[in-house]
Amino acid sequence: MQSSAPSNLSLAIKDFKDGVVGVHIWSTLGWQEIRLRYRRSLLGPFWLTLSTGALIAGMGPLYGKLFGQSLATYFPYLAISFITWTLIASLINECSNAFIAAEGYIKQIKLPLTLHILRVVWKNVLVFAHNAVIIAVVLIFYPPEVGWHLFQAPLGVLMIAVNGVWLGLLLGLLCARFRDIPLIIASVVQVGFFLTPVMWKAGTLGSLGWAAQINPLFHFLEIVRTPLLGSSASLRSWIAVLLVTVVGYAVTLLVFSRYRARIAYWV
Amino acid sequence: MSHVIAKNVVVEFPVYAGKSLSFKSTLIRAATGGRMARDASDRVVIRAVDNLSFELREGDRVGIVGHNGSGKSTLLRTIAGAYEPVSGSMEVSGRFATMLSIWLGMDLEATGYENIFLRATVMGLRRAEIEPLADEICAFSELGDYLHMPLRTYSSGMAMRLAFATSTGFPADIILMDEWMSVGDTDFSQKAQDRLRKMIDQAKILVLASHDDALVKKNCNRIMRLDHGKMVELTERCN
Repeated sequence: MQSSAPSNLSLAIKDFKDGVVGVHIWSTLGWQEIRLRYRRSLLGPFWLTLSTGALIAGMGPLYGKLFGQSLATYFPYLAISFITWTLIASLINECSNAFIAAEGYIKQIKLPLTLHILRVVWKNVLVFAHNAVIIAVVLIFYPPEVGWHLFQAPLGVLMIAVNGVWLGLLLGLLCARFRDIPLIIASVVQVGFFLTPVMWKAGTLGSLGWAAQINPLFHFLEIVRTPLLGSSASLRSWIAVLLVTVVGYAVTLLVFSRYRARIAYWV
Repeated sequence: MSHVIAKNVVVEFPVYAGKSLSFKSTLIRAATGGRMARDASDRVVIRAVDNLSFELREGDRVGIVGHNGSGKSTLLRTIAGAYEPVSGSMEVSGRFATMLSIWLGMDLEATGYENIFLRATVMGLRRAEIEPLADEICAFSELGDYLHMPLRTYSSGMAMRLAFATSTGFPADIILMDEWMSVGDTDFSQKAQDRLRKMIDQAKILVLASHDDALVKKNCNRIMRLDHGKMVELTERCN
């Protein structure tokens, strides 16, 4: 902790760069995790898809009825929202534990710490790709308006992944130091599912619409969801996402440069 | 040029659960373990490596001796770069092979063959570097068709063969070892020793931590004795 500040910053940036460059390591480890978890099962990772699919198929008609919406508008909305939310939620939860889970690696060999986060992010993107099959199927039955806006959706997923990296570094670090935080985060994410317009639509809030707008997770959902439902996401959502990205990386860079070297002692 | 240069290296572990410990004095000396103390912000810390300075050059075969908790393993991990010194600096150049945990990266559900790649990837090798050496590793392990079975079906001895064969399968400049490795039944054990010996002979620097003085004397030309994380003796020997 006594080494000079500028070198801490450059070491943090170097860690990040080396982590990204070590793509062959984190992609192998992330992929391996998915492959192995289901090695002895017939459907493999598609069990995830199947169970998510069953959940959506069950919830769609029920909540559509509860919210008084037609199936044609509510079903695709729910499918896309739910699957995107699953990506966001599991990213937050698993990133919190990324350093703790990688304890064996961190204490034994010198790998960029960023690499452990990238592994988790990559794994979750792969899971999302499996679940995306459901979105594709739903969209075949309820086709959205075709146009350039559809291309915004993969860009939106990319933004979620990009933000997963800074969030992972920040949360992973905090959680390695304070072991209560992963538990707090898990409950917050659980509550977040109900408070964020995942199952319900922001528009139904009426004069309380701001409650959705101030929720950054809403905007991350929007940039994936709206394009797939047939129109461009609002500029406001994109600005919110970009703002979160910039501020997130800035804060993470500060915290990570300060405490990066301590993580090995904490895990 | 491979080298390891340590300058006033200090490694301290914060003990967060130890905050409630009451100390009669701020400093306690125990027979084993690192020195316990309080740092500037009054946290309990264990100073595992205390102000070490040394230079390792090519040709050095360094033995680190000392009783349990004297800082041997922590020093190895610091050289490996896992722990960054709290103060001081550790400069290392050269390709590493750490034998600190030869299981690292291996997965019980993956096949033996896949595990060779997993382990080597974690060691920092690329697929193109692993492939030409994989056959030799397979052959050495003598596991035959078992290489296509998941690791969990292996006996502990078989798994050990695979981990050993892989860990010693790639040339390195600097080898870090925590205790001398020995594996397998009589026949394999001899073969393994020859392989390890060959790998070490080709390496430029060996750092071996051990509590076995005789072993260290036999294999090392420099012997560093640690006590409470401090170097109490550095012997240069001519072999």
